[in-house]
Amino acid sequence: MDQILGGNQPVALLEGDQDRAGGVARGPFWQIAKAVRSNRKAMVGVCVLSVFVVAAIIPNVIAPYSPDAEIFTPSAAASWAHLLGTTAYGQDVFSQLVWGTGQSLEIGFFVGALATLVSVLIGIGSAYIGGLTDAGLSFVTDIFLVIPTFPLIVVLAAYDRNGGTALMVAVLTVTGWAYGARVLRAQALSLRTRDFLEAARARGEGTWHVIVAEMLPNMTSLIVANFLGAAVYGILAAAGLQFVGLGDTASWSWGTMLYWSENSTALQSGSPLWALMPGLCIAMVGGSLSLLNYAFDEISNPALRMRTVRARRRGQPVKGAPSGSRGER
Amino acid sequence: MGAFLLKRLGVFLATLWAALTMNFFLPRLMPGNPALAMMARYRGRVNGTVLHVLEVQFGVITNKSLIVQYIDYLSDVARGQFGISLTYFPDPVSRVIRDGIPWTLGLVGMSTVIAFCLGTVVGILSAWRRNGKLDSLLPPLFVVLGAFPYFWVALVAIYVFSLVLGWLPFSFGYDLAGGTHFSLTFVMSVLQHAVLPALTLTITSIGGWALTMRNNMVNVLMEDYVRTAKAKGLSPVRVIVDYAARNAILPNLAGFAMSLGFVLSGAVLVEFVFAYPGVGYLLLQAVESEDFPLMQGLFLLITVAVLVCVFAADVLTAVLDPRARVAERR
Repeated sequence: MDQILGGNQPVALLEGDQDRAGGVARGPFWQIAKAVRSNRKAMVGVCVLSVFVVAAIIPNVIAPYSPDAEIFTPSAAASWAHLLGTTAYGQDVFSQLVWGTGQSLEIGFFVGALATLVSVLIGIGSAYIGGLTDAGLSFVTDIFLVIPTFPLIVVLAAYDRNGGTALMVAVLTVTGWAYGARVLRAQALSLRTRDFLEAARARGEGTWHVIVAEMLPNMTSLIVANFLGAAVYGILAAAGLQFVGLGDTASWSWGTMLYWSENSTALQSGSPLWALMPGLCIAMVGGSLSLLNYAFDEISNPALRMRTVRARRRGQPVKGAPSGSRGER
Repeated sequence: MGAFLLKRLGVFLATLWAALTMNFFLPRLMPGNPALAMMARYRGRVNGTVLHVLEVQFGVITNKSLIVQYIDYLSDVARGQFGISLTYFPDPVSRVIRDGIPWTLGLVGMSTVIAFCLGTVVGILSAWRRNGKLDSLLPPLFVVLGAFPYFWVALVAIYVFSLVLGWLPFSFGYDLAGGTHFSLTFVMSVLQHAVLPALTLTITSIGGWALTMRNNMVNVLMEDYVRTAKAKGLSPVRVIVDYAARNAILPNLAGFAMSLGFVLSGAVLVEFVFAYPGVGYLLLQAVESEDFPLMQGLFLLITVAVLVCVFAADVLTAVLDPRARVAERR
């Protein structure tokens, strides 16, 4: 953790220094890229993740066989011809893994993006508008925060089994936005009274301009962290649903691989790789996203990084649920 | 404090109402009327009276208006009547649920307590020796562990400890061959069967505790009163335990009750993998066999359990932490 102490870019990113430093010189995303490069955990996360992204983009190049070709010796052990063995149906496990990457990443991306969008709208909106709207929206947020999500998703999926991936993304978005909304609202509240926002209002800028051009850039790292957290949640929850048979069992994804391997008791009947590898992939994608998220936590909360008095001023005790156990698996 | 608790009570009641209402309207509003499909599946397998009761429960044929149905439903739930389970016919849903509760309660309760205690201790040590060996190794490890799917950890545990090493059983809550009459062998078999599921839940949830505790400690250790305590020459142990950890643990204590809800959700999948006869396994079984009355009852039970825990956490926070009473909304 020491090697990142020297860099002060991440602090500038959050402290609203952009006004003082003379405008948005490079844009928030450039700063994030720089912050990621200087954090070892973030780099590990990026590297692992890119392997999977490549697999998701060009599965046809990487996978040696078609995922559903039931043409090989069933339940074969790992060999050079079948890197991870074959399934009880005579399919190549490695090829299935490669072809399944896309759907997990897609679900993660869309759930992350949509849930973050809702969080931003509700969190920042309620902090900025204040009054009754704030009270109402916070109330709704609290409700969604305490409803146990996984049982709810299971019930929803049970009533509509043939909804497909789009429905799954919708359900996971509805159940996954609340935590982010609360965090973003708190951050927006603390920004609301900062000088540079006062200045923008005094200049006569409209509400939208203040929110989009002044507030959002100063919350970028938090929003990115939120996206990552929601994406992990989406991937894990979707895999859990597919694992218990509440997804499209004919599609190729890690969750459905788990479902079919559980159905043919792969662990007990000599093809453990079939049952364990999809989960390992999910764990690795989830782990890499979480590492990135953790790195952003360090970047956006200097108290976790530094021992200086300056850092202490901003240090807020972390409230509520432990961020590590956000969502359900 | 009164206003704070009143507000939390409001959230509690509103969430309860939302869950109840969702339970009522979902089967009625979903496309393709899932309740009808369920009834078609069970026609001939259960007798006519039961089917009729179901038809009323799910509003398939009824001469009552939606509002009256809704009120009937609420009063049924208030009296603990969730209808008749189709898979465990002719048992009522309430009895099936009652049989499942102790298993989940024991499993989830035990693993949460273990994870909380271990995680808190690790968090304290990690923050005290800031940037030491423990601190640079454990937090990233926990972050990655926390992203592991519960059910995958369960599968690995089964593979390693049951199949490769052959130490522990991997399925069900007790030894079926031994019977359920109370005896030492029965207790032993229950404990044996609980080890792996509990281990799974503990491993995946310990990281959250350790990380929050560490971060809280890091913040508290920089407070002036801790520095004063150190300057007074108090022993390090005294400073950690009596000065720093006491305050750092407050948010975690509140999170403790709240996390029971999260762990309950995770337990659904863990119980599924281990075929552990708790409420989570029952829920997924009910879903699989389209036993909607049982599914609804279980969903309500889990929701209420979580809500009660969250509310208890709120009360605890309000009692223990004066800051929460004033600053909660900021």
